[in-house]
This record gives sequence, structure tokens and C-alpha cells, in this order.
Amino acid sequence: MKVIGKPRRRVDGWAKVTGRTRFADDIVLPRMLHMKLLRSPLPHAEIEAIDVSRAEKLAGVQLVLTGKDFPVTFGIMPVSQDEYPLASDRVRFVGDPVAAVIARDEQTCTEALDLIEVKYRPLKTIATPEEALATTEPRIHEYGPHGNIHRLQAHEFGDVEEALGSSDYVFEDVFFYEGNTHLAIEQQAAVAALEDAGGLVLYSSTQNPHYLHRELARVLQMPASRIRVVATPNGGGFGGRCDPANHEMVVAKAALALGRPVKICLSREEVFYVHRGRHPVLMKFRTGVTKDGRLTGIHLQTLLDGGAYGSHGAASTFYTGVLTPTTYELPRFKFEACRTFTNKPPCGPKRGHGTPQPRFGQEVQLDKIAEKLGLDPAEMRLRIAVKPNSLTANWLRIGSAGLAECIRQVVERSGWKEKFRKLPEGRGVGLACSAYMCGAGLPIYWNKMPHSGVQLLADRSGQVTALCGATEIGQGSDDVLAAMVAEVLGIGAEDVRVLTGDTGLTPVDLGSYSSRVTVMMGNAAIQAAEALKARIAEAASEQFQVAPNRLEFANGRVFLAADASKGMAFREAIELAEAKFGTLGSVGSYRPPDPPGRYKGAGAGPSPAYSYTACVVEVEVDRATGWIAVPKIWIAHDIGRVINPVLARGQVVGSVYMGLAEALMEEQVFRRLPPKLSNALVHKFPSLLEYKSPTSLDMPEVETVFVEDPDPNCPFGAKEVGQGPLLPVPPALANAIYDAVGVRIDELPITPDKVLRALEKKAKGEEPRVGPEHFPAVPYPEPVVVPPPWEGGDGNAVKGAGPKVKVPA
Amino acid sequence: MMRLPWFEFRAPSSVAEAARILAAEGPDAMPIAGGTDLLPNMKRRHQTPRTLVSLRRIESLKKVSNGAGLTLGAGLTLTEVIHEPKAQPYGALRQAAAQVATVHLRNMGTLGGNLCLDTRCTYYNQNYEWRKAIDFCLKKDGGICWVATASKRCVAMSSTDCAPALIAIGAKAKLVSATDERELALESLYNNDGIEYLKRRPDEILTEIRLPPAAGWRSTYWKLRRRGAFDFPVLGVAAAARFAKDGTVEEARIALGAVASRPFLVPKAAEALVGKKLTDDVIAEAATLAASRAKPMDNADLDLYWRKQVAADFVGYALRELRGDDMRGTRLRIARQIL
Repeated sequence: MKVIGKPRRRVDGWAKVTGRTRFADDIVLPRMLHMKLLRSPLPHAEIEAIDVSRAEKLAGVQLVLTGKDFPVTFGIMPVSQDEYPLASDRVRFVGDPVAAVIARDEQTCTEALDLIEVKYRPLKTIATPEEALATTEPRIHEYGPHGNIHRLQAHEFGDVEEALGSSDYVFEDVFFYEGNTHLAIEQQAAVAALEDAGGLVLYSSTQNPHYLHRELARVLQMPASRIRVVATPNGGGFGGRCDPANHEMVVAKAALALGRPVKICLSREEVFYVHRGRHPVLMKFRTGVTKDGRLTGIHLQTLLDGGAYGSHGAASTFYTGVLTPTTYELPRFKFEACRTFTNKPPCGPKRGHGTPQPRFGQEVQLDKIAEKLGLDPAEMRLRIAVKPNSLTANWLRIGSAGLAECIRQVVERSGWKEKFRKLPEGRGVGLACSAYMCGAGLPIYWNKMPHSGVQLLADRSGQVTALCGATEIGQGSDDVLAAMVAEVLGIGAEDVRVLTGDTGLTPVDLGSYSSRVTVMMGNAAIQAAEALKARIAEAASEQFQVAPNRLEFANGRVFLAADASKGMAFREAIELAEAKFGTLGSVGSYRPPDPPGRYKGAGAGPSPAYSYTACVVEVEVDRATGWIAVPKIWIAHDIGRVINPVLARGQVVGSVYMGLAEALMEEQVFRRLPPKLSNALVHKFPSLLEYKSPTSLDMPEVETVFVEDPDPNCPFGAKEVGQGPLLPVPPALANAIYDAVGVRIDELPITPDKVLRALEKKAKGEEPRVGPEHFPAVPYPEPVVVPPPWEGGDGNAVKGAGPKVKVPA
Repeated sequence: MMRLPWFEFRAPSSVAEAARILAAEGPDAMPIAGGTDLLPNMKRRHQTPRTLVSLRRIESLKKVSNGAGLTLGAGLTLTEVIHEPKAQPYGALRQAAAQVATVHLRNMGTLGGNLCLDTRCTYYNQNYEWRKAIDFCLKKDGGICWVATASKRCVAMSSTDCAPALIAIGAKAKLVSATDERELALESLYNNDGIEYLKRRPDEILTEIRLPPAAGWRSTYWKLRRRGAFDFPVLGVAAAARFAKDGTVEEARIALGAVASRPFLVPKAAEALVGKKLTDDVIAEAATLAASRAKPMDNADLDLYWRKQVAADFVGYALRELRGDDMRGTRLRIARQIL
């Protein structure tokens, strides 16, 4: 391979570091106006009246929009179309948009917002899942099973109670993972305008232009063919721009109404309100094991704090469980989940979507199990690591699985055997593992079309252009696309022009989410490149009077495999092909294999492949203060094959950073003021200063290892690397703290005050643990019962239709 | 945050001219000395001065001069203070200045600006819309202190790093107005009131900081915050002592920051050191005495009770460093850098 696997400067790197990349906020169009949104100051209220007359009269104001201008709802999931672009009769959290002002500049917009008078009737607020379970009225939404429950579901794969009953030990633990937000450095921005032919174009920092395109057509009640969505390069995504957002709908409507370009840039506070970040999840694991550390069954219950809207919640709820069986051999599995509505910004997908939370619980519990059984946690995990080419209890098909090698690598490099339980008091090491999907097996809305399409153009100038709907969100997908096409055609990655994320020009790709782009776009790109190569080879082979398959494409040349001196420049070969076939082009597309599970809900979890990660964290804990320092982290990731080591390493180190941030600092938390004095329920600190995330000074040294075991379902064998490496970091940290000072912190973030509290309990002879004490009663439904593959099932449910679950993604 | 509100900008080149402008404009004018705190505050509508009087062009505010001790112009940037050769003997000041915010902000922010820094509170340091959602607070536009709802006094927290360091060093501040000038002990510049936290009159300019001779003294500053950069202190401990040749403490000062609306000295803790060598027991006693004066509130980062709990540990770090212990390992873990 000439391109794949070689460290290269990313194709968009130069433009980014020299400031030439045009982000959404860089777009300035002639006669452009600006827009700001008025957001609700109340957490839960009915809107009784809105008076915009004073705002409309302010000099410079062109248009004021309110809820009555938007009769149609939207939402990323077909089952929860519960958002209005502007609230018409009800606000559900502080920050819910109520009105929009479009004016000559932002300053005028801000002044006009202050002139809008909204009369609210406050409603009772719901701040936590426990309150949501206990409050039947008022309901935040009129849909959902009942009260303030958004989703309820239950699945059982084999008789878990029986498995636990016959286990040598049963461990029961409750864990809590606090919510947090994406914290992308770019604040979302969007510009809408009319194109020359009269259609609408929306430039936006979105991860998913295709889904946004569909939702815009719905909300604006316009044919999708008259709308073009251009995803500008994102200054970080992490899941925060997967949902279509209110401001995108409103700015589009404003441009249509005024016939002039309109721009909106969100403030940092607004980004905290748009949110869609990590769900706070309370979870209970009951896990049966044999004396030698083999799992017999897991009963997992989760309770999610969803915030005020559905967002991706239906999928998030699934993901708090469905990937649990993908890391270790697990004969039986029962999973019950519940998502609640609360009067806070909506939660959604953040890097790892729903899975980091149960992974934290599972991996900390495994550490406790190893301790109790007197086993080395690394040895125990090696023994039970999931096998390649197997099925899980919930019918997920595992292909390549390099977990064992990942464990061996971090054990070796970290000096695990010399350190674990052997370091001096106050210092410790912890280990944890994870698996993650390489793209969701099903799209968000049901269809049988490709998940990704790539179109290639080539002409006599020698240029090759690759078009794809995939979105560059900083992760390097443009570079991956160029590299894959270049490898097949034997040219350099820099010789491929990429044009991505434009619904008006590029073939559909579902978007940059679910760690799907390298695998799905890559497979489509290879197919398209092979088709183009075949044409070029056919034309070129005539020159040498050999069969096309005797030609080789490399180093920008096309030549005889048997005699490299006989050949021509790639450009000359294209000329021949263009002369022979006319205008050159090719297409490729990809749709993942059908999943083996056939029960209701089986659509969440299947993936063309799974990536694996193992991580060792070393910590120093001050016993007097509980202060935590992390000097070094070792991480090994089974990536299948590395496309560009520079990018891949960046993704791993970025994941370690984000995982460590969630483990130690980040929390999207809220303040409720004393109810006698105030109705307020506000984000505690919607600011980059007070929402704490580690700085470069706080980052430890990270040693990254790639395990390459190419997966046959993946392009050149390459699996994902964008999300999986985050997942083992928080539990590895928690386990390291136990090794250092013998206390268990069963909730995130792990802060010095919690460590000190646990140390004090230890000194008093109490259980040295800080974490949630109990799991509330949740009205889970009767489970959908599906026998696991080894108990004679065929992937269908044998009992219980379960709740209507149509939208796995 | 909103965009900046409109204001008139004046940039005089002398203290006298600046003082005249402030006197003429009245309380609607504010001096700006770096603006790294004031401008964001204006974007949140905490302050909406009609006129900003920039002190940046006034050369005399950037002077460093020796006399009996050292005089530092209030207009020196924090970066300049850190690297000023004559200021090196004052360890606490260098360590405090080096831990303010980030390198970019230290390049803009000034010593005088840091000393006059507005008090902070998680109910106050929020944008306009957020404060509207809680119906504002006692410090600005509202009637209730949400930290302590029964309190008649605003409990916003003094968040300057340089002030406790300079108070421990024994610094004096010089204030100049159009009509007079005065010098006062730096500690006396502050009130324990989150709103009226400075005794500086609106028409006065903080021009100079006068430090006593450093001979025989050692000083140090320890800062508690979540991260190695950006964050304001949630506890600042400054300690200074003059030692006899045999290590006996002859004179000492311990100052605390970020645990009240003002930085303050804890004379009892300092007295516990005088006439003694800094044994572990002596350090522990002084640390307990100092920490008992720390009254953190639930209006800043990190758990309130934990902040109170570890105050004695941080005083201990400072005194051990004065004793001559090698504290680099601890410093690296706490500050994420060697200072």
C-alpha cells in the first residue's frame, strides 16, 4: 500500500492552520441580515401571549418570527417529532426558543429581543428522573407511555434469574454517570439564502446534512428538491450537531420570507442550551459469575434523564444496554431501560452515544469481581474476551475482535504486572476495556437505500474529484475519502479533490455519527474507485495489448505489472479512457449487511464491525486532600487497519482527553432556587470558564498502540477510531483510584471531595465507597423474550411484543 | 454573551489627565487597565460604563523603581511582573501572577487590574439572560442573595491572586485622584462586601504598589483551583516570613484569598510562628488557626465543605515551602506546573 497506513498531513490541514477554511460564521453574503433568538427564561410554562409590536418598530428590524409561523414539528427520530422551531404555546426549559428577530446587525437584534413581551403562566418543574417518575401531571409532553416517561423497554435473552441463581457469586452494584456536553470549540452557525434559481440553500455547521435536509422540507413544507443543505466544515462535532436544530429551521424560514441572506451565530450559552449531550444515567448491574471469573448473566437496568425533548433519546435508551454483551462472553442478558422527560436542555448523542455510561458500570463492577475472586483483572478479562466471528446473546454479529491483543499491549507497556496492587500507597493503576460499533446497521428512518454513496469524476486534466455526502467535522473524513480513492487509483491523496456534505451536489451519506463514515463511505469509495479504475485500465491496456488485469496503478502511473518501464502517466491513461468511453465518472454505494436479530428492537446495536480498546490509567491520590493527578495513560485500540496514523492517533488522544474530562470534571448540572422564592431551574454554569474541562496542562502523557487485524467487512479492513477509545478511560480511572487508596467512587465525575469523603468512611470502618445508594422503582414493561443463539433461537422473540420499537439507529 | 454595549473610549497619556477625566465624568466612567475582566463583564451587562478611561498609554504606570524596597507601576502587565528581575526576591508575587488565568490574559491583564478585580459569584458571573431567569441577585439588578438568601450583604468572593500575595509581603497601594493622593496598606484597600469591595473612590486611580525591602524574607503563594490554567482561585494562601540564621521565625504574615469578599491577614496564625522554628507541629498549629478563618461559600467551583477542609493543607504547603522543603512534586500535582 502506498497511501493507506502512511503518516500524512491531512488533506484539509493546510487550509485549517492558515485560516483559509471557511466555517459557517466565515460566510458573508451580499445584503445579509442577522438573526437572534429570544429564549425562555422559565423552565416550564404556558405561553399566554406574545407581543412583538415594539420590536417590529425598532429601526433596523426586518422581521420578527414567533411560534405561529411554524405549525409543523420536527425531530431527528421519526417517533419523537416533538420540537417546534419556535415554541408556540409551551416552553419546556430555560433556553427554549420563543421568538426570532432578523435585523441589520446583531446589536439591533439584541435590542429588539428586549422589546418582545411574553406573558407566561408558570408550571410545576421537573428536575430529575425521580421527580419525573413521581409526577403524572403536568406532563412535559403529551406522548410517551404515561406521565413524564418518554421511553420504556425491556428485553431478555435467556433466563437471567436462573443464571444468577446458579452462579457462584452474584454482584449487585448501582452506578451513576453524570451528564455532560460536547464542548466543541466552534459555536454553531448557519446562513440561509435563496439560490439564483429560487431554491433555498442553508450553510450550517451540521454533522448530518441529509437528515437536516429532510426535516427542513417537513418544517418549511417545501419539496426537498428545492432545498440544498451545505454542511460547512465543523469546528468539532462529537454528536452535538446531529440533531436538526431550531436555529437552522428559523434562519431558513427568515431567508425565504425576506428574500435576503440571513445569518445566525449561537453564543456559547446557547450552545449549552441546544445541548443534546451525554444523558445522566443511573444504572444497576446484577451480574452472576463463576469462581474462575466467567460471566453467567447480567441483568442491567438503566434510568435516563432525557431533558425536555425526545432528540435521539429513543436510540440513546437502547444504547445504554445493547452493546453490553459485545466485550465479553455473556451467555444470558436482560436489559430494562427508561428515559424520562425533565425541564432541562435535551440530551442526545455524545461521542459513544449511550454506551460510555453502562461501560463505566460494567468495567468497574468487573474490577470488584476480580478483587473478590482474587484474580488479576487483566487475566480475568483475557479469559472472557469475546471471540472473533461469534454471535452475542442479543444477536449481534461480531467479526474481527482484537480485544485480547489490546489487553496484552497495555499490560506489557504499562508494566501492569509490576504495578498492580504493588505501587506505594497513594499511587495506583487501573484497567478497563470496551467495544464500540463501526456505524449503525440501520438508518434513522426506515429505508432500503444505501447509507453512503460516492461519485467520482475524472477528466483529461488528470484531476479526480470525489463527491460524497459525508461531513468533515474535524475527524478527518475528507482525508480518509481522498486516501481510499488515491490508494485504488495509484495516485496521491493530495491529487484527489474532495467535495463533501452538500445535498445539492453530492450523493447521499447519512452523516458523521455512529462512527460510520470510514467504514461506509470507505466501502462506497472503493467500489467507485474500482469501477473508474476498470475503465481506465481497459483503455490503457489497449496501448500495450495486454489484458487490463496485467496493469498496475501506482505512484501516479499506469504500467505493466511485469515491466514497470512500460507505462504511462495516470493523466495520459485518463485521456485514453475519456477518448474511448466519453465523459468519465463512476459511482459506488454501501449498505450494511442485514442484522441477524429479528425481534422488535433488534435494529439497535448491529454494525458491520466492532472496534475494541483496552486502557490502563495510572493515578496519584493525595490521602490528605483527595487530590487526583494522572501522570500517564496507555491505550491500545483494535482499529482493523490504520488509514492515516496521524489522524488515528489524534482521534485516540482526543478520546482519552474527553473520557478523562468526563471522569474528572465535566458535568452539565442545574440549580433549582429555593421554591418559596423562585421558580428557577437553570444550568449551573453555561460558560467555557466555569464548565470545567481539562486544559493542556492537565492532560497526562498518552501512549497509543494500534492493533491491526483487518476486518473483512471494512474498507482495507479499517474499523472506527472516533468514539471507542473514549469508553474505557473513565472506568480505568475509577479502578486506578481503588488501587491507589482503596476507595470506590461509583459515580462520575470523580472529584477530590468524593475521594476524601470515601477515605473518611474507610478510616471510620464504613464501606469505603461514594456513589448512588439505591435504584428507584421503575415501571418497566414485561420483557421481549428472545432465546440467545446457543439456546436454540432463530433471532425472533418468543414472548412479548414489547413496546412499539420501530426506530433503532 | 451579548456584544459590548456602546461606550466612549478615552486614552489619556498621563495620570493627571486620566484623573481629570474620571472626576469630570463621575461614576459613569471607569478606568480600564487591561480589560480582561471588565470587557467580558460588560458583555454580560455587569458594568455598563458610559466612558472607559484607558490607562494603557500612561507610561508612568509601567515604571519599576527601587527605593526602600521596590515600587511597581500598577500598569505593568502580569507577564511583565513575572519576568521583572527586581521582583524576583518576592516569590509570592511571582507565583501569584504566574497563576492568573492564561498566558494570553497575563499578556493583557495588569497588576492594578488584578488588584481591583471585581468580586465573583456563580449567580453573578452569568450572562444577562441567565440572570434574568433567576430574577437577578443582590450584587446586580436584584434583591436577593441566592448564596445566602437571608443575607443582607453580598457574599461574592474576592478572586484576585496578587492581592493576598502582596498583602503577605506587606505592600502598600497608592491612589491618585484629581484633587489628592493617598497611600494605604494594601489590605486596607478592601472591604468585606461583595458589592463595595474596594475603598477606592470612583475618581481614584491605583497607580503604584510599594513593596518593603525583601532582605531576609521568604514568601510563597499557593492557589487552589480545578485546573492548571484559566481558573480563578477558590482558595489562595500567601505566606511570608523573615528568618534568623538558625531558622527561627522573627516576623511572619499569612494572608488568605478567595474565602471572603476580601483578601485578609490572619495575624493569630502568623503570631503562632514567631520565635519558633517551623517544625511540623508549629506548621500544623498555624495551619489550623489560619484555616479556621476561611469561610468559603457555595458560589464558586468545587465542593464548599471540601474547600474549607483542605484550607489547612494548603497553608501547610506554603509554610513547608518557606521552611525550605522541596515542594516541587506537590506543586506539580496541584498547580500542574513548577513555579
